[in-house]
Amino acid sequence: MDNIGVGSLPIVMLIGLFSGLIMGQQMARALRAYGAQGQIGPIVSITLIRELGPVLVALLVAGRNASGIASELGSMKVTEQIDAMRALGTDPIQKLVTPRLIATSFTLPLLTVIADFLGLIGGYLIANYEFDIRFSQFWTPAWQILEYNDVVQGLVKPFSFAIIVALVGCFYGMRTSGGTEGVGRATTKAVVVSSIWIFIVTYFIGKIFVNL
Amino acid sequence: MSGESAVLRFDDVSLYFGDTPALVHVSFEMGAGETRVVLGASGSGKTMLLKTALGLVKPDSGRIYLFGQDISGLKESDLFDIRSKVGVLFQEGGLFDSMTIGENVAYPLLNQRALYKDRRQPANGNVEERVREALRFVELEQTLDKVPSELSGGMRRRVGIARAVVTEPPLVLYDSPTAGLDPITANTIIALILKERDSRNTATIMVTHRYQDGHLMANFRYNPNSGQIEAAPRNGGDSRVKTKFFVMNGGRLVFAGTQSELRASQDPYVRKFVK
Ligand SMILES: Nc1ncnc2c1ncn2[C@@H]1O[C@H](COP(=O)(O)OP(=O)(O)O)[C@@H](O)[C@H]1O
Ligand SMILES: [Mg+2]
Repeated sequence: MDNIGVGSLPIVMLIGLFSGLIMGQQMARALRAYGAQGQIGPIVSITLIRELGPVLVALLVAGRNASGIASELGSMKVTEQIDAMRALGTDPIQKLVTPRLIATSFTLPLLTVIADFLGLIGGYLIANYEFDIRFSQFWTPAWQILEYNDVVQGLVKPFSFAIIVALVGCFYGMRTSGGTEGVGRATTKAVVVSSIWIFIVTYFIGKIFVNL
Repeated sequence: MSGESAVLRFDDVSLYFGDTPALVHVSFEMGAGETRVVLGASGSGKTMLLKTALGLVKPDSGRIYLFGQDISGLKESDLFDIRSKVGVLFQEGGLFDSMTIGENVAYPLLNQRALYKDRRQPANGNVEERVREALRFVELEQTLDKVPSELSGGMRRRVGIARAVVTEPPLVLYDSPTAGLDPITANTIIALILKERDSRNTATIMVTHRYQDGHLMANFRYNPNSGQIEAAPRNGGDSRVKTKFFVMNGGRLVFAGTQSELRASQDPYVRKFVK
């Protein structure tokens, strides 16, 4: 289960909370210069849900699970377990890739929603503690600013990132060669390549949604 | 022997990884019940010879006939049926380390479509019984519920043999079954391979770097009455006639012949494998 992101829950919660805290802190100072502290809720909400939440969680999951998948499948490859599957009548894509793809597509969006929510709590804590903004003063505008477009974007992204993480992990795992050293190389490659694709894809998804 | 009746036939098969030759113009054929002992330096193409024979790796050119069927152009899904007639022990073991020994040995019985119609009923006998029988064959019945990491290297090889032969295939490929084992354990493994070959008359290809292994394959046999390995009779014992040696170098089959021809070879590379 850890391979598909369940083990990432505590760290995802921590990162979500802290990104909200940090954003609240930085934004509030800038906003105060314009006397617009009240805008902290909407700003934290939009930034987190559209972009920061999905990307931060995806990078984390890439680090933990693209590498996990690549090393697991990589060791199966170098110990000829993948050849054995094929020799004994089974399709490794169906047995190994499909379940990981489905599981990751399910957990990554879920983890993102959790991180977004904790991030908002972080933003509220700062707003309340440092600027005396009350509960409804934070949450009502933070909620109202969100459009359908933002929410869809906030879910399409983690779903796409999940596909990237699972497929890149499987790809480098399945084509591992060169013994245990090769497994190490495949693991590193999977993390680097999936992280790069996460940034490229988030840019293009953002572009599509901005134009909508 | 015609190409049609051969168990396995290679016809001018070549395979390259970039510039590295793995197989270069390899041609041979072998009939039912015959033995081939494949010798050669590391990287000479021994493993690729077995993997192309199974259709796990596609050659760049040439044709491969498995039980008379040209597998060179077959899709993966079409290969599954024909692969069920071949048992294989991989060099790195290939045991599924997320499964128990029992599940490993049951795997081909449960997954090879050609072997059964209903998922729960293999062609003959129930799965549990046949798994126990195969493990008893390699004297490891007590490990049924263990996982591969709990076993020694020699025991894992024996489990690999059990998994390779549980479906009673007419052709079994062994990739370096004795590599990395002490001489005593290595001889136990060869004894098992002889027992499998001679009790069911299985066609056998064995890759090895030990001349000793080839010598045993060519000159000894399993006696089902005594349950012992014994020297094959001098006057044309079966295994002596049916065992041929291959020597590979840089992807080429540089020698193919009997043990006495091998011993008589003047080629300096070939001579390195004769002790
Ligand atoms: N996946 C691969 N990628 C690149 N080269 C490979 C690969 N597999 C095998 N080779 C090369 O093919 C040649 C034959 O390999 P192999 O059949 O494994 O040799 P061996 O006789 O040791 O079993 C070697 O030079 C090896 O480096
Ligand atoms: Mg090899």
